[in-house]
Amino acid sequence: MSAGSQSVALRVAEVRFRYGSHVALRGVSFEVGSGEVFAFLGPNGSGKTTLFRLLSTLIPLQEGRVEILGRDIRSQLQRVRASIGVVFQAPSLDIKLTVRENIHHQGALYGMSGELLRGRCREVLAELGLEDRADHRVETLSGGLKRRVELAKGLLHHPRLLLMDEPSTGLDPGARSDLWRFLQTLRQEQGITVLLTTHLLEEADRADRIAILDAGKLVALDSPHALRAALGGDCLTIETAEPEALAAEMQARFSLAARVVEGSLRLETTDGPAQIQELTAAFGERIRSLRLGKPTLEDVFIEKTGRRFWQTAESPDE
Amino acid sequence: MNKTSPQNAPVETPLAVRPWLAARALCQREIVRFVRQRNRVFGALGQPLVFWVLFSAGLDRSFRLSPAGQGGQSFQAYYFPGTLVLVLLFTAIFATISIIEDRREGFLQSVLVSPTPRWAMVLGKVLGGSLLAMFQALIFCLLALTLSVSIEWPALLGLVAFLFLTALALTSLGFVLAWRMESTQGFHAIMNLFLMPMWLLSGAFFPVPSATGAGILHWVMRLNPLTYGVGGVRHLLLGGGQPAANLDTAALFWTPSLAACWSITILFALLAYAAAWAIAGQRTAGDRL
Repeated sequence: MSAGSQSVALRVAEVRFRYGSHVALRGVSFEVGSGEVFAFLGPNGSGKTTLFRLLSTLIPLQEGRVEILGRDIRSQLQRVRASIGVVFQAPSLDIKLTVRENIHHQGALYGMSGELLRGRCREVLAELGLEDRADHRVETLSGGLKRRVELAKGLLHHPRLLLMDEPSTGLDPGARSDLWRFLQTLRQEQGITVLLTTHLLEEADRADRIAILDAGKLVALDSPHALRAALGGDCLTIETAEPEALAAEMQARFSLAARVVEGSLRLETTDGPAQIQELTAAFGERIRSLRLGKPTLEDVFIEKTGRRFWQTAESPDE
Repeated sequence: MNKTSPQNAPVETPLAVRPWLAARALCQREIVRFVRQRNRVFGALGQPLVFWVLFSAGLDRSFRLSPAGQGGQSFQAYYFPGTLVLVLLFTAIFATISIIEDRREGFLQSVLVSPTPRWAMVLGKVLGGSLLAMFQALIFCLLALTLSVSIEWPALLGLVAFLFLTALALTSLGFVLAWRMESTQGFHAIMNLFLMPMWLLSGAFFPVPSATGAGILHWVMRLNPLTYGVGGVRHLLLGGGQPAANLDTAALFWTPSLAACWSITILFALLAYAAAWAIAGQRTAGDRL
């Protein structure tokens, strides 16, 4: 954890939220230290988007308490708004305006004008490498550039805390690592706390700490390393032509709880090498390949919820 | 740059919120967007113009409040103030449809999470729409020259102010209707079922009948706040050319006084703006995920 983590940037206590009869958050509590890069990880419907909307002040708090930078989100709403930067997943840019016009517009909403605004606009455009695009209309920009303009907008008023919803959606891998480099710089140079939601396991892995949400509850909260380490041991992935049959036999003969995940078999074990010997001796010719690895965040998710992270056809970024 | 992390005590907000600055920026944005979307200009001016030319051509002969040449008004002249209000209505509608677009395109969310108070957001949006509507109506006013209407300077200033107030009322009303809508299709339904009838029953197209002749229609039109918008424009633009000014027809039609037009239009604008502020000030759970 970073040095600034003694002070708390965000305090969430017993937050519950419902849309009509649908319960989106079922009592969530945690704290984020200042200067942390903190990720909310969860599949669709886990409640992470609701949490983001609550923290961004887009929707009102129903139950529980939220304090951002020491201010209560209910009683000091306007001051909270002035001190946070929000980057939405859906673009919030006016595509008919130029990059500079969008930034200036944002400045006016935060009380900036004149030389202060022009100077700060130049700064954020330079930080994000957008100087030569300043007078382009947003509708002519690529997805990656638009996201950079969003970030420039969010950072314009020097927020102490930056909230981002699925920041790397629609970005190619290159732009994604640029984004992460930029976030690390922000944290190191300005001590900004970064909170982001993600459904990408790979992305969550880069955060200082992760809160894993499932069905409106917090199921795990720690650094990615600690979460994986807590599973202990090794993770075996077996490729075979008949995963179900093999899983059943492994259960019957060795009492091994192997899971079928996208056509391959997975199992956690305390002693990988020994297990490999045992399995190759027993099922040798039926095993096409065998891979031994340390647990991934997906393994953590399966362990905590008893379900796979990916319920849809989307393939995980491992 | 302050590199030390803030302690538990709240950090000072670096900037004070300036609602008027925010409202001005939002208002400017409306105008810039309008200019960059040319089809909106044609949409708001073109249709009323076509209506005016075609209806005037078709209805002029059958519409005589009294024999022509004896103080009677041509339909072309009668219908002109109504057309002007229609220009306001269409521009106001386009301006408020942009709220639905702002919401759909995501622009609105960044305004909603900013510290700008809601009244300033509504003001910027409504003011931008109203100014656009007023200017479009003034452009359309140039056509009045073809009617050989002579208008005095004081009356012209009055007309500009009156058009602005009417535009403010209509844009605010459109804002209230559009705020909760998720699609522009929904707004078109509202426009056809509510806004167009409101215009048709405002004395724009036919005069308000007297209470004795057609009681229900009389009261519906008399309670329609837009009747006073159209009536005011007619007073200011055509002066004494009111249908009721003619003795023959005074008993058949009802006309609001200029004072009533001003006061009710001011009231209409204030109430519609207040309603827009109230509806935008409510924070709701919003759309489902």
